[in-house]
Amino acid sequence: MTVSLSLENITAHYGTVKVLEDLSLHIAEGELVSLLGSSGCGKTTTLRLVAGFLEPTAGTIKLGDRDLTRLPAHARNIGLVFQTYALFPHLTVRENVGFGLKQRGVAAAERATRVNAMIERVGLGELADRHPANLSGGQRQRVALARALVIDPPLLMFDEPLSNLDAKLRVDMRVEIRRLQQANGTTALYVTHDQEEAFSISDRVAIMNAGRIMQLDRPEVLYSNPANAFVANFVGFENMIEMRAVAEAGDAVRAEIKGGGTIDLPKSQFTVPAQEFLFATRADGLQVAATGQGIACTLGLRTYIGRAYQYHCDTPAGQLVANGPLAHPFESGANAVLVPQPEQCCLLPKEA
Amino acid sequence: MKRKTHPALIAFTVLTFFFLLGPLVVILGSALSDTPFLTFPPQGLTLHWFQNIFEISAFTRTMGTSFMLAVGGTALSMLIGIPAAYALARYRVELPSFLGNVFVLPILIPEIVLGFSLMKSLASGLGTPIMATLLVGHALLVLPYCVRVVGASLNSFDFSIEEAAVSLGCPRWRAFFTVVLPNIRAGIIAGFILAFITSLNDVSISIFLTGPGVSTLPIQLLAHMEQFFDPTIAAVSVLLMGVTVAVMAVVERTLGLTFLTK
Ligand SMILES: Nc1ncnc2c1ncn2[C@@H]1O[C@H](COP(=O)(O)OP(=O)(O)OP(=O)(O)O)[C@@H](O)[C@H]1O
Ligand SMILES: [Mg+2]
Repeated sequence: MTVSLSLENITAHYGTVKVLEDLSLHIAEGELVSLLGSSGCGKTTTLRLVAGFLEPTAGTIKLGDRDLTRLPAHARNIGLVFQTYALFPHLTVRENVGFGLKQRGVAAAERATRVNAMIERVGLGELADRHPANLSGGQRQRVALARALVIDPPLLMFDEPLSNLDAKLRVDMRVEIRRLQQANGTTALYVTHDQEEAFSISDRVAIMNAGRIMQLDRPEVLYSNPANAFVANFVGFENMIEMRAVAEAGDAVRAEIKGGGTIDLPKSQFTVPAQEFLFATRADGLQVAATGQGIACTLGLRTYIGRAYQYHCDTPAGQLVANGPLAHPFESGANAVLVPQPEQCCLLPKEA
Repeated sequence: MKRKTHPALIAFTVLTFFFLLGPLVVILGSALSDTPFLTFPPQGLTLHWFQNIFEISAFTRTMGTSFMLAVGGTALSMLIGIPAAYALARYRVELPSFLGNVFVLPILIPEIVLGFSLMKSLASGLGTPIMATLLVGHALLVLPYCVRVVGASLNSFDFSIEEAAVSLGCPRWRAFFTVVLPNIRAGIIAGFILAFITSLNDVSISIFLTGPGVSTLPIQLLAHMEQFFDPTIAAVSVLLMGVTVAVMAVVERTLGLTFLTK
C-alpha cells in the first residue's frame, strides 16, 4: 500500500509562539523525504503534526486522499520511530513488536506469524523473549523499527532515529532503514540534523530554517545548486562574495566585487541572476594560481587536506578559502589570484 | 586487609540503633510482662495481654475501622492522586508551577489544623456521617504521599512511550492503562504502602473526626490509656508495629525495599 503525503499551508503554534509558518510539502508514493535543519527549526513539530500529537492552527494534512487534519492520533495508522526508541519497558521484544497488531485485533495465530517474520527480518531472532533493558542501543532501534513496520503502515516517520548510536552503527542502520523502506515501498518522512545521513538515504531533502522550508530538492541538486544563501551556507559553501553587475564586457558580465576590484564573468559559464548578487562557492571552486582572471589576494595560512592544499586568503572582499594544486605549493604571504571554477560556483540573488 | 573504622563512628552507630530500637524493645518487653501494670524489664512472661486485645470489643471493632479507613482512604486518595500526578508530569510545561505544591499542602498544614477544619466544615457544618468524614480526612492526609511517590515514577517516565502506543493504534485512555500504569507500578505500590501506614497510625486528624460509636485503633488506645495503664496498651502498640513490619516484609520480598528509597 503506497500513498502520498501532503502538507498544505501548515501553520503551527506552541501557545502564542509561531513555530511553523505556511509550510507546504508533498511526498510522493514510496518516496523518502528528509527534513534537515539546525536545532529548533521545527522538524519534530512537523512530524508531530502529521502523527496527530499536535494540531495545526491552519492548513491541511492529507495521506493519499484521506484528510488527517482532525483525525485522532491513534486512528492515523502511521509507523513512528523515536529518537529515544520509546520501547515498552514492561514487554518483551516479541510483545513490543506485536503491540500494534494486538490493538488492531489481529488474531493470536496470525499475529505470531507476522511478528516472528518481522523479528527475523530485522535480525533479532534470538532476542525475541528479552526485555528492552537487556538490549544494546542498536538492537533497541531494530525493535523500534520492527514495531513500526509490522503494522504495514502507509507512512513511516523517523525522528532522529540514529542520534543515540555510535558512528559506525549509524551508517549501518541508515542503510538498513533505507533498504526496508524501499523493499516495502513505504512513503517515509525522516527527520535528522545530520546532513550526510539525510543526503545518503533520501530521495529528496527539505532544508528547514525557523519554521520554513528553504529548499526541497534531490540531494545532488542541493549539494551543487543551492537556491539561496541559507542553503548554500548550510551545505558548506564557505565563500560568499557580494557582487554587483556593472557593465557588459564583450561576452562577459563585468561585476564589481564588494570591497574592491572587478571580475569578468563569461556569459557562457555564469548566469547573473540580478544586478546585486552573491557569488557562492566552496574552497574547491576557487583555484589558487600565480596569474589569471580572478580575484587578487594575499595568501595566508596553508593547510594540507589530502587532495589539495587549502589556503586562507586575504582579499578585498574579506577572508576566502581556496584550494591550490599539490604540485605547486605557494608560500604564505605570496600574492596570487583566485580563479573561479564555473561548474562549482553558484550565483544567487541577494536577499533583502 | 581490614579497613579500620574510627571508634567514634562505631559508638555513634551503636547509639543511633539504641535510640531507634530501644523504645521498641521496651514496648515489646512491657507487653509480655505478667503484671497488671506497665513495667520494664518484664516480670514473668505471658501472652495474656495480646489475648486481652481481642477480648475487649472496643479494640477489635476499632481495629476493623482502622483497616477499612487505611485501605479506603488510601484507595480514594490514589483515585485522585494518580491522575493528578499524571497531569502534573505530562503537562509540566503547560501547567502553572504552584499546582504541584497544592497537593503537598496537607503535609505542610499542621494536622491538628486540618483535623479541626474538617470537623468544622464537614462534620458540624454539613452533618456528614462520621465514617465518611474520617474517610475524607484520611484520604486528604495521605494525598501528598500518593502524589509525590507516584509523581516521582512519572517524572522518570518517558512519555514518548505513551505516544508510541497511540501511534500504534491505541487510544489515549487505553494507553494509560496498558502502557503508563504498568511502568509506574512500583511507585503506586510504594505510595500505597506509605499512605496505608500513615493512615493506620494517624491520631491528630482522627481525634477530631471520630465520634459516638466510631473510633480508630490509635484513638481507642488513647482512650483506654486514660482509664487503665495495663500492658494491653503495649500489646496493641506491638500489634501496630507488627503490621507495619509485615507490610514492609511483603514489599521487601516482592519488590525489594530499595525502591522505597529510590
Ligand atoms: N512543548 C513545547 N512548548 C513550547 N515550545 C516548544 C515546545 N516544543 C518545541 N517548542 C519550540 O518549537 C520550536 C521547534 O521545535 P522542534 O522540536 O520542532 O525543533 P527541532 O527542529 O525538532 O529541533 P531538534 O533538532 O533540537 O530536535 C523550538 O523553538 C522549540 O523551542
Ligand atoms: Mg527534534
